[in-house]
Amino acid sequence: MEAHAADAHAHHHGPPAANVSSRIDSRVLGMLLFIGSEIMLFGSFFTAYFFVRVVNKYPWPPHGEHLPVFVAGVNTCILVTSSFTMHWALTSIKRGNRAGLKAGLALTFFMGLTFLLTQIAEYSRIGFSPNDNAFATIFFSLTGLHGMHVFIGLLLLLAATIRSFRGHFTPEHHHGVELPGIYWHFVDVMWIVVYTTVYII
Amino acid sequence: MAGRGTWNPLRSEQEAFQFVIGAIAYFGAIGLASALGGIWVGLAVFLVLTFGGVAWFLNRNRHLGPPPPVGSRQTPDDEHRVLVVANETVAGRKLHDAIRRSTVGRPSKVLVVSPALNSPIRHFVSDEDKARRQAQERLDRSLHALADAGIDARGEVGDADPVQAIDDALRTFGADEIIISTHPEGRSNWLEKGIVSGAEKRFTVPITHVVVDLEAEAAEPVRQ
Repeated sequence: MEAHAADAHAHHHGPPAANVSSRIDSRVLGMLLFIGSEIMLFGSFFTAYFFVRVVNKYPWPPHGEHLPVFVAGVNTCILVTSSFTMHWALTSIKRGNRAGLKAGLALTFFMGLTFLLTQIAEYSRIGFSPNDNAFATIFFSLTGLHGMHVFIGLLLLLAATIRSFRGHFTPEHHHGVELPGIYWHFVDVMWIVVYTTVYII
Repeated sequence: MAGRGTWNPLRSEQEAFQFVIGAIAYFGAIGLASALGGIWVGLAVFLVLTFGGVAWFLNRNRHLGPPPPVGSRQTPDDEHRVLVVANETVAGRKLHDAIRRSTVGRPSKVLVVSPALNSPIRHFVSDEDKARRQAQERLDRSLHALADAGIDARGEVGDADPVQAIDDALRTFGADEIIISTHPEGRSNWLEKGIVSGAEKRFTVPITHVVVDLEAEAAEPVRQ
């Protein structure tokens, strides 16, 4: 951007040149803002959780209740692995490896689906319901909120997977994979936080 | 931007993935400690990792030491080149006097750099359109003010960091002298941030610091 005293007011023909911030793509910025709002949403649920547990000195889990730590642990491993396959998919398309892209996205999708189905199965066998007590409400709220995000992530992944099988995306243009990837990693990190605080600690 | 880069885990999938790896290590250690040693051990690991992580983040570039001094690109022998870095004070008479003193009686070229000052939030999300537009408007006004004062200069919008803006200009324009214009002590954000002292440490080119008190100048009678 350069100017000169003599021609600072020089005549300009046609529309002004497009000026877009060069450091971040607006679509990535949109995802950033969306995830920022999501962090606040999860933050409110975690606040409720810690309030019930710490301030009220509520025993966790309450006597007689049992959390399926092992099954959830296996589920955690599945979800964490799906982040690696997601990263593999994106790395592959950046290198022009379409087979890697398709395999990575398909694996990520199926691992995410496995996680969600396992969580639904866990709900059906857990032995308490959301309206039993504050513990149960918080448990279902936190894990359910996360499950909903996994579901949305699966829809994004499904779209990206279908597009990859239809020949979309190139090493230069792969935003349709990049954005679901950022979202999926966010969902993964949130589950790690949920699993550690709700199941382990 | 040179120096400390801003790491944003949501800028790209690559960085988000690194964030996942960090989260696995962080929460994995806390969870393992809690499972093996109980909640207090878990809390201790949490505190150690959290404070350790914050300390590392704040000090991550300290061990690198100061960067080597930066010189200017070669300038023509028969021409004196002056790089002026100023923002609101560019209309100040003291600055004009300093430029005139520097350029009088010899062939000279003056480049005015107007840093695109931005808020930290906007900088973080790389939203610099407005900052650059405002810097361009300031620059246009500045060049007119200099032209009115009889000084022929051209200008550029520079980086949000004034020191980096100088660095960039030295690599493209080159300069025999740098003039940095600021508000007086106490009112100058640049002085508070140590821009002038930072530039003196970083560049080998002679630096003249001009303090412009716009309020005092406005109160003075206009010189003919």
